[in-house]
Amino acid sequence: MNSQGSPLSGLNRLRPPNIPPPRAVAMGLTALLGILLVWSSVFMVQTEEAGVVLTFGRYTRLAEPGLRLKFPWPLQTVMNVPVQRQLKAEFGFRTASAGVRSEYARGSFDDESLMLTGDLNVAVVEWTTQFRINDPYRYLFKVRNLFDPSGQARLDTFRAMNEAVMRAVIGDRSVNEVLTVGRQEIASEVERRWQELCVQYETGIKIEQIVLQDVNPPDQVRPAFNEVNQAQQEKERMINEARAEYNAVIPRAGGEAQQTIQQAEGYAVDRVNRARGDAELFRELLAAYRRAPEVTRRRIYLETMEAVYPNVQQKIILDASLQGILPLLPLPKGGVIQ
Amino acid sequence: MKRNTRIIVISSLVLVGVMIAGGALYIVDETQQVVITQFGEPKGDPITTPGLKIKLPFTQRANYFDSRFLEWDGDPNEVPTRDKRFIHVDTYARWRITDPLLYFQRLRSEQGAQSRLDDILDGETRNVIASHDLIEVVRSTNRAFVVSEEIGGGAGGVVSDSIEFGRSQLAEEVLQAARTRTEDLGIEILDFRFKRLNYVEQVRQEVYARMISERQRIAEQFRSEGAGESARINGERERELKEITSEAYRQAQEIKGRSDAEAADIYAAVYNRDSEFYRFLRSMEVLRSTLDSTSVLVLSTDSELLRFLGRAR
Repeated sequence: MNSQGSPLSGLNRLRPPNIPPPRAVAMGLTALLGILLVWSSVFMVQTEEAGVVLTFGRYTRLAEPGLRLKFPWPLQTVMNVPVQRQLKAEFGFRTASAGVRSEYARGSFDDESLMLTGDLNVAVVEWTTQFRINDPYRYLFKVRNLFDPSGQARLDTFRAMNEAVMRAVIGDRSVNEVLTVGRQEIASEVERRWQELCVQYETGIKIEQIVLQDVNPPDQVRPAFNEVNQAQQEKERMINEARAEYNAVIPRAGGEAQQTIQQAEGYAVDRVNRARGDAELFRELLAAYRRAPEVTRRRIYLETMEAVYPNVQQKIILDASLQGILPLLPLPKGGVIQ
Repeated sequence: MKRNTRIIVISSLVLVGVMIAGGALYIVDETQQVVITQFGEPKGDPITTPGLKIKLPFTQRANYFDSRFLEWDGDPNEVPTRDKRFIHVDTYARWRITDPLLYFQRLRSEQGAQSRLDDILDGETRNVIASHDLIEVVRSTNRAFVVSEEIGGGAGGVVSDSIEFGRSQLAEEVLQAARTRTEDLGIEILDFRFKRLNYVEQVRQEVYARMISERQRIAEQFRSEGAGESARINGERERELKEITSEAYRQAQEIKGRSDAEAADIYAAVYNRDSEFYRFLRSMEVLRSTLDSTSVLVLSTDSELLRFLGRAR
């Protein structure tokens, strides 16, 4: 800035003394410009993010986490995308505050969770979708209104995709499958179809997991479902009771049958042994008898009489020649032996 | 020279300033495409690549359009199916501006496009739904339901194994019909899907009532199965009990009979050696066991024992 000999040099004298000279203003402006330049050339990418660098709106490169450099605005701009973070969307419910004991937002999300099953019944299905952004370029530039992390948006491609896929899968299952055995299979089927759809729509999203939360019959129908469970328990109970009675009776009867048989065996042994004993006795006796028949016979007779007579209190002895006395006797109860 | 340099620098700065102010430089974002118009007349091909672009200042205008997949969300509609069931149908579609110039000429703005899509897609949805049964819209395949043991067999509500089209094919039908109608609008519908299907409130109550009665049916089945099974076990118990006791009785009697017969044989064999002596011995035994203190004996002196009482001979 050479002002020597210039017609303007005379004006310098007219300048108020407290205004800084133009040189100082220029320096100040340059410094300010420099600071702005540096400030808009440095950017930070957080650990879980990737920085998408655009040159005049055109995708140029991807920046790793850390302190990075770029050309200053308006040449280059940066958009950070959380590629490492696991993102989550909830359907049919909302977590109000997550924690050890999470709280869930009140209010009805029936619109989201109520769906028709393949047998034209209704089930309430709540689920969460966990996903990651694996292609920041597609995530940012291929689909409009792809995902709103706050979950408030009504027009959200991501939510629409989720609902459509889940309903298509549920629509091909019976209410029984949905409520009981099919849970795992449904989750994996949704996962598969969902990933296909993500590729088709070029969302740059990679599905990590579909987790079915509460899957219930609608509130009004629930008591009837509980009744089924109850009836099932009742059935088990009745069968168990019958089995208990069976178990109480049958083994015992088996034992008692053995007892009866053993008793009969005992009887048989007893009977045969006694018969053999009696026979042996008779045989011995007969042998003795045959050696002296007359004497033995008389001896036995007399021995018997000897044993018998003392027992009998009333004895009437009649002479053999007497006749017709018998009718006169006052006979006691008992018997008469002649 | 110095002065010349200065003039060049200053004039070029002024030129850049004028170009920026006049809109000769413009940026096309990754998400955008541009149609250049000059006093309303389209100039050149649409610009679909992102970056810094140049046009004539002042006279030319850049009209920006989105190049992404755009959303269309159907109005939740109450639609009757062919089998006269009223359902709420909520749909969505994805579309894209494929020919920005044509789009600009036909629809002017996205608002116009959305309203055209409303007309076309809502209408086609109605047509397709109304010409198919509800089950066709709900199910996708003829997949057989997995029947679980715990719930009991055949416990489903409406089971149909004659799905002719299915959900995805109906969506495809809507998509195809809508595509032909949007061909000349410079847009392409990429995908159309049924998002939500639900019974209208009144039908829903009926369905709930049916579900309840169905569950009751299953519950009754369980109870009846329980009672039946319990009766079967009781019957089995009674039969087995009878079987066991009668079998034991039979065996016992057999054993006893056999032993009785054996005893009888033994007795017969030995007593037959001298039946007369046997009779004598047995008589003696009977006398011993039958005569007691209450008996009265009337004896004659003729008797064997008392013979000597009368006269000793």
